[in-house]
Amino acid sequence: MQFGGRKKKSSTIPQSELYGQHLQFYGQPPLENISLSEFETFAVERLKLLKTVENLGVSHVKLTDQYRRKLESQLKALNFPYRPDADDKKSQSGPIEYEKRRKDHISHFILRLAYCQTEDLRRWFIQQEVDLFRFHFTELVPKQQLAFLHKNNLHYDTISSEEKTALKDQLINSSFGISGIKVMEHEFYKVPFQDALDLVRLRKVYLKQGYAYIPHQDIVTIVLNDFRTRLSKALALTARSLPAVHSDERLQPLLNHLSHAYVGQDYSIQKNVGKISLDQIDSLSGKSFPLCMRQLHQSLRENHHLRHGGRMQYGLFLKGIGLSLEQALQFWKMEFIRGKVDADKFDKAYAYSIRHMFGKEGKRTDYTPYSCMKVILSNPPSQGDHHGCPFRHSDPELLKQKLQVYKVSPSGINQILELVKGMHYQLACQKYFELTHNIEDSSFSLNHPNQYFLESQKLLGGGKDIKREMDAPQRSQENSASKGSTGTQEVAANTSQHLAEMTEDLESFFQEA
Amino acid sequence: MPSSDYDPASLPDLLPLYYRRLFPFSQYYRWLSYGGVQKNYFQNREFSFTLKDDIYVRYQSFSTQNELEKEMQKMNPYKIDVGAVYSHRPSQHNTVKSGTFQALEKELVFDIDMTDYDDVRSCCSAADICSKCWTLMTIAIRILDRALQDDFGFQHRLWVYSGRRGVHCWVCDEAARKLSVAARSAVTEYLSLVKGGDETIKKVVLTEPIHPFISKSLEVVKEYFSRYALHDQDLMGSKESVEKVLALVPEDARSYLQQEFEKEKKPEKRWKLIKEEALRKQSTAKKGQYFENEIMLQYCYPRLDANVSKGVNHLLKSPFSVHPKTGRISVPIDVSELDKFDPFSVPTISLICEELDRPRPGEEKEKLEDAKEKADEKDAIEKRKSRGAGGKKNAKIYLKLLPKIHLDST
Repeated sequence: MQFGGRKKKSSTIPQSELYGQHLQFYGQPPLENISLSEFETFAVERLKLLKTVENLGVSHVKLTDQYRRKLESQLKALNFPYRPDADDKKSQSGPIEYEKRRKDHISHFILRLAYCQTEDLRRWFIQQEVDLFRFHFTELVPKQQLAFLHKNNLHYDTISSEEKTALKDQLINSSFGISGIKVMEHEFYKVPFQDALDLVRLRKVYLKQGYAYIPHQDIVTIVLNDFRTRLSKALALTARSLPAVHSDERLQPLLNHLSHAYVGQDYSIQKNVGKISLDQIDSLSGKSFPLCMRQLHQSLRENHHLRHGGRMQYGLFLKGIGLSLEQALQFWKMEFIRGKVDADKFDKAYAYSIRHMFGKEGKRTDYTPYSCMKVILSNPPSQGDHHGCPFRHSDPELLKQKLQVYKVSPSGINQILELVKGMHYQLACQKYFELTHNIEDSSFSLNHPNQYFLESQKLLGGGKDIKREMDAPQRSQENSASKGSTGTQEVAANTSQHLAEMTEDLESFFQEA
Repeated sequence: MPSSDYDPASLPDLLPLYYRRLFPFSQYYRWLSYGGVQKNYFQNREFSFTLKDDIYVRYQSFSTQNELEKEMQKMNPYKIDVGAVYSHRPSQHNTVKSGTFQALEKELVFDIDMTDYDDVRSCCSAADICSKCWTLMTIAIRILDRALQDDFGFQHRLWVYSGRRGVHCWVCDEAARKLSVAARSAVTEYLSLVKGGDETIKKVVLTEPIHPFISKSLEVVKEYFSRYALHDQDLMGSKESVEKVLALVPEDARSYLQQEFEKEKKPEKRWKLIKEEALRKQSTAKKGQYFENEIMLQYCYPRLDANVSKGVNHLLKSPFSVHPKTGRISVPIDVSELDKFDPFSVPTISLICEELDRPRPGEEKEKLEDAKEKADEKDAIEKRKSRGAGGKKNAKIYLKLLPKIHLDST
């Protein structure tokens, strides 16, 4: 079975040498036979690992001591390779270590099969693998890093001393922690800016005529970029070989369950369509909406308008709580007409995008409401926007004022601000939930605005219907894939009991997280 | 002013004339073909038209210049947008297997819109602009153009007046056209200094070390700050305005300055006090020492619409398109004469159509028709309609842009 093409850069490295270091670029697929049970175990355990990487990435600043400790303990617990202790050279070779590296290698490639299918899955997988690689690579000392680069054929050009002297001041001012002495002592690499995007994005590097001048200490970012690009290309190739893989009945059920599992509840299936009437929305926004949606609703009522980012975030949320397409069109139209938009213009300019949200236009993807992670991490608001996560994107002073207006107690506000300071945005929102619902402890772990709504409704006596939705099985991002899953669920039931047990394990793992 | 004669209701009559006699089809086609080096580059380009009654049609594509001309003359679009070069002809995208129709390349573009500065300009708001706030566009172009050239090495940059309240930039280098979404997003973030929405008070925060890009941008802002902010916008004049500025200053300095401002009323002197206070902070405190620069940047630094720049498939208004509300033609801006550019002198479609019918003394119509065949067609149009500064130069800039790209691609 072919996975991806051979990369032009790396020559064929024998498997034994491939595991020479505890991290790798995953350039070559594994070429051995393994048992089905090992296949399953490896895949599930790597998925647990990547899920941990994701959670840690949102609740901690990456690469801080706390982050490293937690990730390392998970690597140990799941029997994956991690940084060698300097004095314990013996543990770096030998059968135990070899087994870990082999597992790392194989499990990565199995997950490629599961996560290459759609844009969203690919993006998620790449993000976690890059974060994991970053963790491993930064644990190496510079000498080891250089050795790793050379072994993987990454030769970047260094600049001459003359050029360094000429650019000294700019180099000092572009990189943090670079003094005049360091400039002259250490190597600087001249790399096309497209290969150093992470540094460019944060303006942590000097740019001249399209080239980034990178100190050795920052070469990590370059390497990560390279890793990301390679993985992205590989996934695209893998997707093409997928039909062959899916024809194997032993593998298809597991691969489907794996790619469904990561998302968890995504509120894409509307169970409560039409149960909410439009005139309930104002009162619901105060009682059961998370702060981000309450803010968007208020802005909409005040300005009779929302920009694109706000329309997407709020519109999809409303879809998730059960508004039908007809209701949504009516809702937005009624509000926009009160502003500067006349009925005609609404039908021409805005109705299309609302229908698009419901999957009735364009490529007919039924878009899913944004999770907290998505709201916090992507598309930050700019001037004139009201979307985003208020705990993440609002000035603390303004956030405080807003909470005061919403009658949150002063001590409650302080607790929230403390959490915001520690960058625990979802926990801050959960605290907001507890304070506005007058309870001590919310019994759930918040990661989705629609989850907030459902939990709130449950608490306020929403009724049986809503509870049933909470227990619904988990599905993937796209409807087309979920149609496939009903078929595979039958196959799974027929084939292995083991498989069903394993995936139950997986689901409960995610619910605990 | 002649352009005040423009009436949107007359568009249906003016557009046919514009597209038959004035729109520079040959230069336009030559630009978008980029020397014909890449096969089907023009044929796979997406255009979109906004027609009468707000009918919007996407995925328009054309095989030849002639086809483009005929279609535009037939449809008389109110607005034309240019999109990406796709893997297949956009007009046939429905026949292509789902998932394989992809946007491959597009110019790197930027859109700067005056409404994004509403919180920092006091003269106008929303769609209005005036000569006072137009300086913001001048500053934006100077800062961004320098960075795109010196930092990123992009040689072929076309700046265009949007027709109402902003400017667009088209970066046409081959390297720019081939940029991935991630790269576009990184470039945009590199160029962004003003962050935060309505809920954020302090939108610019500087920390050490100050990157050379920021220093160079500040140099440009400082050139204009006194006249633009202190004088034209009266930043240090009205109580309301001063309060907003002082909200950006660290608390201890704020109370001191509030006191001083009770006595000192002159804007220049007030700003001097702010500068001195900032200097004092720099030698003592570690935080909040750059507030003077932060204020200048928050009030003057370019605000980009990131979503426009990030997407490879994003459609943007075409140069030489007409703005239906103002009637103004989206003309290129001569960066070498930037301070002279006056958006209110940009010709409207009614003006140039009017002048078409009224040959100027000394110029025959036939001569004008001839000029169309040659590359100076743009020049001729500008001669006819130019009254404001930069008119003639527009043509030369546009023409200057195209040949170099030919050479690049060979």
